[in-house]
Amino acid sequence: MAGALPQGSDAVPQPGAGLFSPVDGPPTPESGLTGETITLRVFKGQPGGEMGYATHEVPEVTGMVVLDAVHWVQRNQDSDLACRWNCKAGKCGSCSAEVNGRPVLMCKTRIDTLPRGPVTVQPMKSFPLIKDLVTDVSRNYETNKLIPPFTAAPDDGTPWRIQQMDIDRLYEYRRCIECFLCQDVCHVNRTHDLSARFFGPRFFVRVASLEMHPKDILDRRDLLHDQGGLGYCNITKCCTEVCPEDIHITDNAIIPLKERVADAHWDPVQWVARKLRGSSAKTGERAADK
Amino acid sequence: MSESYQTRECDVLVIGAGGAGLRAAIAAAQAGCSTLVVSKSLLGKAHTVMAEGGIAAGLANLDTPDSWEVHFADTMLGGQLINNWRMVDLYSREVIDRVYELERWGGLFDRTDDGLIMQRAFGAHSWKRLCHVGDRTGLELIRTLQDKMVHTAGTEVLMECTLTRLLTHGDRVCGAFGYLRNTGELIVIRAGAVVMASGGWGRMFRYTSNSWEGTGDGAAMAYEAGAELQDMEFVQFHPTGMIWPPGARGILVTEAVRGEGGILRNSEGERFMERYDPVKKDLSSRDVVARSIYKEVVAGRGSPHGGAFLDIASRRSAADIRKRLPSMCDQFEALAGVDISKEPMEVGPTIHYTMGGIRVDAETGASTVPGLYAAGEAAAGLHGANRLGGNSLGDILVFGRRAGAAAAESAKSLGAKPAVSQKQLAGAEADVLLPLAHDLGEKAENSYVLHRALQEAMQDDAGIGRSEESLSRALTAIGELTERSTRMRAGGGRVLNPGWHTCRDVLSMLTVSEAIVRSATARRESRGSQWRFDFPEKDAHLGQINLVARKRGGAMKVEERALVPMPDDVVTRLARSRFFDPAALPSHYAGKVPAPGPEAH
Ligand SMILES: Cc1cc2nc3c(=O)[nH]c(=O)nc-3n(C[C@H](O)[C@H](O)[C@H](O)COP(=O)(O)OP(=O)(O)OC[C@H]3O[C@@H](n4cnc5c(N)ncnc54)[C@H](O)[C@@H]3O)c2cc1C
Ligand code: SF4
Ligand code: SF4
Ligand code: FES
Repeated sequence: MAGALPQGSDAVPQPGAGLFSPVDGPPTPESGLTGETITLRVFKGQPGGEMGYATHEVPEVTGMVVLDAVHWVQRNQDSDLACRWNCKAGKCGSCSAEVNGRPVLMCKTRIDTLPRGPVTVQPMKSFPLIKDLVTDVSRNYETNKLIPPFTAAPDDGTPWRIQQMDIDRLYEYRRCIECFLCQDVCHVNRTHDLSARFFGPRFFVRVASLEMHPKDILDRRDLLHDQGGLGYCNITKCCTEVCPEDIHITDNAIIPLKERVADAHWDPVQWVARKLRGSSAKTGERAADK
Repeated sequence: MSESYQTRECDVLVIGAGGAGLRAAIAAAQAGCSTLVVSKSLLGKAHTVMAEGGIAAGLANLDTPDSWEVHFADTMLGGQLINNWRMVDLYSREVIDRVYELERWGGLFDRTDDGLIMQRAFGAHSWKRLCHVGDRTGLELIRTLQDKMVHTAGTEVLMECTLTRLLTHGDRVCGAFGYLRNTGELIVIRAGAVVMASGGWGRMFRYTSNSWEGTGDGAAMAYEAGAELQDMEFVQFHPTGMIWPPGARGILVTEAVRGEGGILRNSEGERFMERYDPVKKDLSSRDVVARSIYKEVVAGRGSPHGGAFLDIASRRSAADIRKRLPSMCDQFEALAGVDISKEPMEVGPTIHYTMGGIRVDAETGASTVPGLYAAGEAAAGLHGANRLGGNSLGDILVFGRRAGAAAAESAKSLGAKPAVSQKQLAGAEADVLLPLAHDLGEKAENSYVLHRALQEAMQDDAGIGRSEESLSRALTAIGELTERSTRMRAGGGRVLNPGWHTCRDVLSMLTVSEAIVRSATARRESRGSQWRFDFPEKDAHLGQINLVARKRGGAMKVEERALVPMPDDVVTRLARSRFFDPAALPSHYAGKVPAPGPEAH
């Protein structure tokens, strides 16, 4: 640790000294160690090999999240235990897993909010397993490619004027961190594996963010109806329940899209009229959905 | 090669899928090049996604005296005038176009009452300048670029692949070697030109806002290929990281909290920044605020867990706080059980950003090695000795685009791609597989243990304040760890094995740490983020040079590179900053700036 104050310095001690207290060591209020241990049951294995749960006793630290416990196991007991993570702050959507059977972000799930007793951690069920807590989510990226991107009408390039009200509406969809927990929990993916014909809730949110953008001019409703499989969704709301960003996936994305698709397929005249009325109609209609 | 490996070929290889890499790939593909983007994580998970506060651009939507010139002046002054002024010039002009471009690609920004892009105040920016959407600007930026990139013809993405070595033909970079994380397969990518957009490095420090990706692989690879690493001593401590609970220590608390009116207090309730910087106060530059918190803690006026209190609850209404800082509210509630609209947050300095990196040409991002370009946090020059908040999201767009376009030109002019040297491949393969191969019994070293030891050494001895003595301790530790790293051994197989992956990370971090420590030792002065207890003042000579670390005869050497001085008409621009102080101008610029005009105030 830090040494003595060097001569001629700014009358402050060496770096590190006292600024932060160490996390290891005996349980003290500073170390945060509570003196308790947590029993962690973690799924371990890969297709074609042995698979099962390994149990670890993890020293509990105040405010510990499930990801901290998994990292502790990696560092101290099982160096090849695989998981994904990046931000450790609920911002990147990397650390999705099922904790005690519930799809969550491991970095936002505090151990002290779970019932006492063993904590079970397993990978997302709806995606093919790669190893341990990591699954193959690449099909989501393939789905995204099918959705035509944001497209605005050509104009003279002067800065756009958009109202904050419109931004607020769109922002709900744009908050999506692509954790794919909604894709994981949706029964259309879970039990029927219609993945080739069903975009899934994440991408309904994505399409909604494009369709409701006041400057976007494309119409993605046929795509939603056909390839997107919007009709397979029977509004169980499971996706909304697990979304860590509190996006009202069903109420604010899926249902309005379903209404639009219904319009398009049963009343093309009305649709053309609406397109002609232009962008304000787009958002006006969105407001009425609420 | 002793085993088969995947091969890929492209005109331009972009290493990194943060904002810099994505913007470079779009530019390269638009220039007609087949472009391959490689990233260690899944697409959309790079550090860029974590950026909160916003992107700085002199749009002057709220504060009409703002302009690209004032932005130029603020950035130069924040960087303590050792920035590459040519980069700052291009940057402050072009970032405006890049912001509007992002909007036209579907990116959202909060709006003013007139429907224009909203801007917020940030540390050491003269005017309200940061374009943002809530406190999730990075997410918006990366998602917009990601969608633009996947829908730009000519691009391809390879996710979850770690590159470990640049391949060279003669003195030119001609591709890269690495492994696929999920299978452990080895891969060789042949390319006409390479853009290094691999981000910064914080993981060799114990408390950092960086993810596992921030190990400095790109800088280490470029160094091995002969590139110069510039300004490596300048590592930014962000003043406000979380410090409690222990698991959350280091996680960023965005400067937007202070931009929206939040203030720092010590344990006596004093707003201490009024004492350290009476003009800019809580919105002083990051180096100053971080040091001030440190000094308060050392003086015994710290918060219970050794930091300061950040208070917005008493400054804004609860509704405003929820609206403007939603993800901060969420973060504190979920991780610390603190309602920031009611209580203060406990915060302390966390390693956040690296001003240093690959030395590049301002216009093109070309490194000193032919065929190798660099952009974003991996490159040096724009930020000098200290980066201003919001200048990185702009950096990655402006210079990502430039590097991508220049790499495309270079690849197109190349003709046939050179062959890859079998000898280089064999060496790269042996290095990567070594930790899985040898059995050393008792002598084997665990990569996690070495990583932790390096973090202790760097945090304690090469952290926020440094001295000759502490730096020499750090260098000794790095030497010992480098020796031990040759004996790293990983259990398990090649499929997704983090213990094995960490072996690779440790090697990159050791190289980069050595560059940090050697450069910090050679810079015998305090400037920006570099705080030397034994040299508390600025040094006139060191204000006219950058330091570079480069490989010579197998060892790391630190050398001086003279800065190109600003021409007189550019020096004058400095007076446009609200924070310009003629008395602080170094002697080589003295007398070149007229008294500040009325528009500056
Ligand atoms: C929490 C946080 C908040 C921030 N807030 C702001 C802000 O408000 N405003 C602002 O301007 N800046 C902010 N910054 C800084 C800014 O986000 C980053 O500096 C910037 O995003 C860096 O972008 P980049 O493209 O250079 O690198 P990154 O986004 O870091 O991307 C690096 C890429 O390189 C890849 N890579 C690295 N090594 C390898 C390898 N060996 N092989 C293959 N691929 C590799 C990674 O996988 C990744 O895709 C913040 C940073 C953090 C951490
Ligand atoms: S509401 Fe629809 S998309 Fe959401 S989980 Fe239920 S079926 Fe799936
Ligand atoms: S909509 Fe919610 S649950 Fe689905 S991917 Fe996005 S953030 Fe995750
Ligand atoms: S690690 Fe980023 S969301 Fe959990």
